[in-house]
Amino acid sequence: MQVNFIRYSKIYFVLGGILMLASIAALIVWGLKPGIDFTGGSILEVSYLNSRIANEEIEQRLAGLKLDSLSVQSAGEKSIIIRTKYINEETHQAILSALRENQSIEERRFESVGSVIGRELKQKTFMLVFACLLAIVFYIALAFRKVRGPVKAWQYALSSLISLFHDILIPLGIFAVLGKFYGVEISIPVVTALLTVIGCSINNVVVVFDRIRENTIRKGAVNFGETVNASINQTLGRCLSTTFVYLLPLAAIFFFGGETLKYFALALIIGIIAGTISAVFLASPVLVFWGSRKKLG
Amino acid sequence: MSKRKTYVVVLVIFILAFLAGNLVFPKFLNLPYLPDVPFKLGLDLQGGIHLVYEADMSGIPTSDYSSSLQGLRDVIERRVNLFGVKEPTVQTQESSNQHRLIVELAGIDEPAKAIEMIGQTPYLEFKEYKENYQEIIDKNVEAREKVEVALEDPFQLTSLTGKYLKKAELSFDQTTYQPLVSLQFDDEGAKIFEELTSRNIGKPLAIYIDGLPISAPTVQEKISQGKAQISGRFTLEEAKTLARNLNAGALPVPITLISQETVGPALGKIALEKSLQAGIWGLAAVVIFMTIFYRLPGLLASLALVIYAILNLTLFKTIPVTLTLAGLGGFILSIGMAVDGNILIFSRMREELRQGKTFAIAVEEGFKRAWPAIWDGNFTLLIVAVILFSFGTSFVKGFAFTVIIGTLLSMFSAIIITKSFLRCLVGTKLEKAKFLWH
Repeated sequence: MQVNFIRYSKIYFVLGGILMLASIAALIVWGLKPGIDFTGGSILEVSYLNSRIANEEIEQRLAGLKLDSLSVQSAGEKSIIIRTKYINEETHQAILSALRENQSIEERRFESVGSVIGRELKQKTFMLVFACLLAIVFYIALAFRKVRGPVKAWQYALSSLISLFHDILIPLGIFAVLGKFYGVEISIPVVTALLTVIGCSINNVVVVFDRIRENTIRKGAVNFGETVNASINQTLGRCLSTTFVYLLPLAAIFFFGGETLKYFALALIIGIIAGTISAVFLASPVLVFWGSRKKLG
Repeated sequence: MSKRKTYVVVLVIFILAFLAGNLVFPKFLNLPYLPDVPFKLGLDLQGGIHLVYEADMSGIPTSDYSSSLQGLRDVIERRVNLFGVKEPTVQTQESSNQHRLIVELAGIDEPAKAIEMIGQTPYLEFKEYKENYQEIIDKNVEAREKVEVALEDPFQLTSLTGKYLKKAELSFDQTTYQPLVSLQFDDEGAKIFEELTSRNIGKPLAIYIDGLPISAPTVQEKISQGKAQISGRFTLEEAKTLARNLNAGALPVPITLISQETVGPALGKIALEKSLQAGIWGLAAVVIFMTIFYRLPGLLASLALVIYAILNLTLFKTIPVTLTLAGLGGFILSIGMAVDGNILIFSRMREELRQGKTFAIAVEEGFKRAWPAIWDGNFTLLIVAVILFSFGTSFVKGFAFTVIIGTLLSMFSAIIITKSFLRCLVGTKLEKAKFLWH
């Protein structure tokens, strides 16, 4: 059974285009909600040994300290999470002693990031994304340099870049939505996950491209569209299995892995699904599009 | 490769896996001779603090940046050692205009106290003998004989501290070429020092850094220019270190805490349990999926996967890799990676079998054809991981490192372990049972 993916891909060009535009719109309108890793700030998580006191009372207790952009949130049955602008150790201890008044508490976690570090991290992250994309594209161009047929190695590289762009943009758009409505933050783990998506989803693209390369050598480039379509069909089972195998442990991390890794896993899950779709409907059909245009010209 | 050779390889793999398994879970069989190496846990898994300090170098000439920062590191390392933390790390991080000190203390009870002690500016003190020092020393000798603990310090504080020290330098004795440490006090310090030395000729004057005696040179004569030499039987290295320490004590390198992360031990334990649970569920799900979907080869791949996981954990213990949450995340992700190679091989094998090729040929062809894709896929991931590793933030580093190990090991697992298992089945009854393969 052969499915004509090249024909269906036109539908996905539209659908994927809409998804990407929606993601860009979400990023422009709402933007991402950066975590304190990037903005600087403090998070304090405290759990009460007996029972929790009301958040309003906590805010009252902390009122004297004049903390900037203070928010108090309940977490679980006995814990609270306090967020503020960057505070020094003195203020940190003052907060703890204010909370300790008539209560027995345990400090579970305290994180305080100066704004300098946050700014540095932001710059570093942009550089890192750029370096990863560049390295991958360069590698694809190198690995496929001996490819024959109507499409050149740099076009393979460019098409994988388009597909990577798609794979990163859609999770970012979803995180913009999650940030707006559920307060999900872009933290270092999420950024790490998105960078890993680059490495994982290129994997699917490479497998299809590899098959196209093999098939063009075998059959010659009589009908490039057919060759690409056959290659997608041959590799589809493997792509789906692999994606599924990646998703299984990630789902386990998402459901059982605890707070830090939760959104790390989610970013990877969304990115890998997007990567599988783009490998089938975007990266290879784009090759056909370029290949046939060239014939016309 | 001959059949016999394949059997030998498989046997070696099993022995290796068995030994590795016992190294990872030493309690299980309790074999003798195998060392009981614990996993090295990062502070997000066992609780602890991570502190980043910025050193203010504005008052120091550029040429002395490195030595000042090193001195600062040594002082803080000494302070940190007082807490009795197992493996404290104190690192310096230098870039063009940033001079930072990173302190990590795992499994600490009172983070607030640790921060307070680290933050104090290092200080240098000179101490002289108390008037009745001989009496005290006699008493101490007596007390030591009786194994009493309370010894009295024969030294007492003087007003000379690091505040008055201008500079300490490594130098050499003119005649013996012994390494020395020369001190230069400022004007006020010189006056105090002159008075001190005239009072203590023939007696030792002790130099304390952070309350610990570093050296107690004997005063030879009254010194008036504010210059002093500490002669002792130093090695070159010791003299260098002392000069560096003195410079650090004397030159106030103010440090400010710019970032801190504290994880309570309870939270770390929960995080560890949760991610282990996630790992086990992930592994189980993959094994079930592979066995149902790919049948016999799936089962073989699952066996290869378990061996892969054991070998990977063994590497974590032996390298050793400091396991953090991010590292565990990378490890769990690498389970997926390891299976990917096998899936590529099996899909190719199925194709070859469908074309009517014999089992032995299908195995070899399947590997040959799957290899370029396995290599390209793993290599691209490896590129990303290496770039991530150079990022420097501990979360990203921990993740990238386990991904790098996982990627390399997963290629080994696909080409050595799975291939040998499949080759073992060539010519057996199992290869004829078509339903197991298609």
